[in-house]
Amino acid sequence: MIYREAGQFKSTYKEDQQIFPIRQDRIALAAILIAGFVLVPLAGNDYWFNAILIPSLILALAALGLNILTGYAGQLSLGSAGFMAVGAFGAYNLMLRVPHMPVLGSFFLAGIVAAAVGLLFGLPSLRIKGFYLAVTTLAAQFVIEWALTKFAWFSNYNPSGVISAQKMVILGYRFDSPVRRYVLTLSIVAVLALAAKNLVRSRVGRAWMAVRDMDVAAEVIGIPMLRTKLLAFGVSSFYCGVAGALWAFAYLGSVEPQAFDLTRSFQILFMVIVGGMGSILGSFLGAAFIVLLPIFLNVTAHSLFSGGVSQSLASNLELMAFGALIIFFLAVEPFGLARLWQTGKEKLRLWPFPH
Amino acid sequence: MKEPEAISSRLAWVGAACLVLGVVFSAPALAQNEQFIPMADYRIGPYAAGGTGTYGGFIDYLDMLNSRDGGINGVKLTWEECETEYKNDRGVECYDRRKKKGPTGAAMFNFRSTGITYACIERATADKIPVISIGYGRADASDGRVFPYVFPLVTNYWSQSTAKIRFIGMKSGGMDKLKGKKIINLYHGSAYGKETIPILDLQAKKYGFTVTHIEVPHPGNEQESQWLQIRQAKPDWVILRGWGVMNPVALKTAAKVGYPRDHIIGVWWSGAEEDVTPAGDAAKGYIAAAFHPSGTNFPVLQDIQKRVYSGGHKGNLEDMKRFGSIYYNRGVIHGILNTEAIRTAQAKFGKKPLTGEQVRWGLENLNLDEKRLKELGAYNLLQPIKVSCMDHEGGGAVKFQQWDGKQWKLISDWIKSDQSIVRPMVEESAAAYAKEKGITPRDCSKE
Repeated sequence: MIYREAGQFKSTYKEDQQIFPIRQDRIALAAILIAGFVLVPLAGNDYWFNAILIPSLILALAALGLNILTGYAGQLSLGSAGFMAVGAFGAYNLMLRVPHMPVLGSFFLAGIVAAAVGLLFGLPSLRIKGFYLAVTTLAAQFVIEWALTKFAWFSNYNPSGVISAQKMVILGYRFDSPVRRYVLTLSIVAVLALAAKNLVRSRVGRAWMAVRDMDVAAEVIGIPMLRTKLLAFGVSSFYCGVAGALWAFAYLGSVEPQAFDLTRSFQILFMVIVGGMGSILGSFLGAAFIVLLPIFLNVTAHSLFSGGVSQSLASNLELMAFGALIIFFLAVEPFGLARLWQTGKEKLRLWPFPH
Repeated sequence: MKEPEAISSRLAWVGAACLVLGVVFSAPALAQNEQFIPMADYRIGPYAAGGTGTYGGFIDYLDMLNSRDGGINGVKLTWEECETEYKNDRGVECYDRRKKKGPTGAAMFNFRSTGITYACIERATADKIPVISIGYGRADASDGRVFPYVFPLVTNYWSQSTAKIRFIGMKSGGMDKLKGKKIINLYHGSAYGKETIPILDLQAKKYGFTVTHIEVPHPGNEQESQWLQIRQAKPDWVILRGWGVMNPVALKTAAKVGYPRDHIIGVWWSGAEEDVTPAGDAAKGYIAAAFHPSGTNFPVLQDIQKRVYSGGHKGNLEDMKRFGSIYYNRGVIHGILNTEAIRTAQAKFGKKPLTGEQVRWGLENLNLDEKRLKELGAYNLLQPIKVSCMDHEGGGAVKFQQWDGKQWKLISDWIKSDQSIVRPMVEESAAAYAKEKGITPRDCSKE
């Protein structure tokens, strides 16, 4: 009833091609953005910004990057955390070594550096596919972590190899309190998500999907493999790189290469799988699920069992519940949380008169 | 077969109701005369053995104080656990979740993870909550002028390293005998593992021995090539800077290539029962550093046994065999240092719940001499500690222990670290940090 596009006529090409063709979607998006930029900063507290919102948004950005590569272009990758590390260490070194480097500029260039590294490790994708490709990206993960640990130059010769992010000042405005860091993160993530949404509907995005669905057919109809696949690696690594820079600067404030280990890559991959392959919304839902659920379980386990069950058991129960819930959601909806939303949307369009 | 179903569905309802109640009533009734100590611990994951042991001892000590003395000067101690899984992001989440708990907020944080400690230094300094890192964390935080809220109490990694070289010197018959000796530093490929490379290089130059650094990539369950390299090099000593599974594997592989275990010296994160028992006989003779001994032969441990584990009481430890183990005793030491800091602060600010800022003063003026340690029943369990604005470490001595196949035997007295090497490095590193962050170091004469 409410969610129906009847009566919304498109009379120009522009209207027909806009990103969100349904008016309700546009209103909902505007409402979410207003809530994110105005209401949440007014109502939230430090805990919510620091522990919930900032990490979810950053990991959603990384998941978005992987989703471009895996969900849209069909190239399986296990190196996302490695590219995040490149972004984090890249931004730190740019700030450190280039005089008068603006923070946003360093984030952007860190993304470009990550993209360059991504291109390099994307080269094997021209010859190999599927799980074999996953193994070569796994090499990226290990090589990057090894190089950042091995060469002290990357961490400015810190004895323990930990970098401590510089202060973020943009146009004289300091982003040091949790709420300011949240607003900065949200702005970057919103802009990049919008760019991704646009990108996947463009010629490039369609080429990616064609490659994903059948690369031989795509080649036959004239899609250049080299450019398309490498572009997917480059763009994906750019997103991961910016996410890594934000992880270091806006979230933790200090990172070591081990913060971006294989577990983090898997975590991002799970976000894409649980959230929904080939869906921008899915990246956000997946990140929320993977980040928030363990925290929620930890809070409930401790308030539920306090005293009754030993803490070690409670902690292990949490882990088991987390695994069980992942299996449950994937069994109910193998295409991820985004698909659940899509199904719901289709039902809503018919409601209250399903036929 | 209808009944079990009915029961299970009823159980589900009860579970759901509990969940709702738990969420609704999770805000506890505020009792005013309580001091809240957050426990950001880890009970699952690859390092769970360290987490359960240390936090077990820590919590049991607080429990014992509550039951014996009613807390500290009548202020009851409360705590709440929070699982970090030894991960930095989960640790930061725990920090933010717990920092405002209790009538005066969190008194201090102990993460028992170098990574989480690093991640929380700036946050905690801004929030005015002390971060204590006993035997881990940033070594240069010993300079309290730059790090007012960070306390790497007892000894840091660099101090340990100098004490270890002194121990090797003693074993060789004098520091001048170190000349020409060959030492290999086998380290865990992480921030923690790399921390002692510069100080070993410096000492090598000073005493004229050669040191070779060999990295074992995390987690370290395969060390064949490293130990073959060691066998070829034929070093006089091997320093084992391991963590978790790397330690028993190192000992087993050393046995395989025939390197004598009594010439392997581990750091204190390689020297718990959990590090040697999986290696079985291969661990016999292995030497490790310790800033405290194992064993139950201390009045404070007997007090815990009496008040927390007898008469139907149940402490935090699940396996009583671990009572008095290295990790457990380390936890008791955590308890003593944390609560004594609160006690010191209470002497100045009054016998009431204190804020993190007030506890910080207590930490900076913590002075545990031998007399006080005897009163606490921890004489010889802990070395005398005197913290000051300049020196947030306060102790700096290390003992060495040898594994005889069943337990750790102490084989040395307290060996002082060489602060003439450590302190300039600490100050240099802290000054670099201050410059990078734009911090003006405090003037300690005005404190």
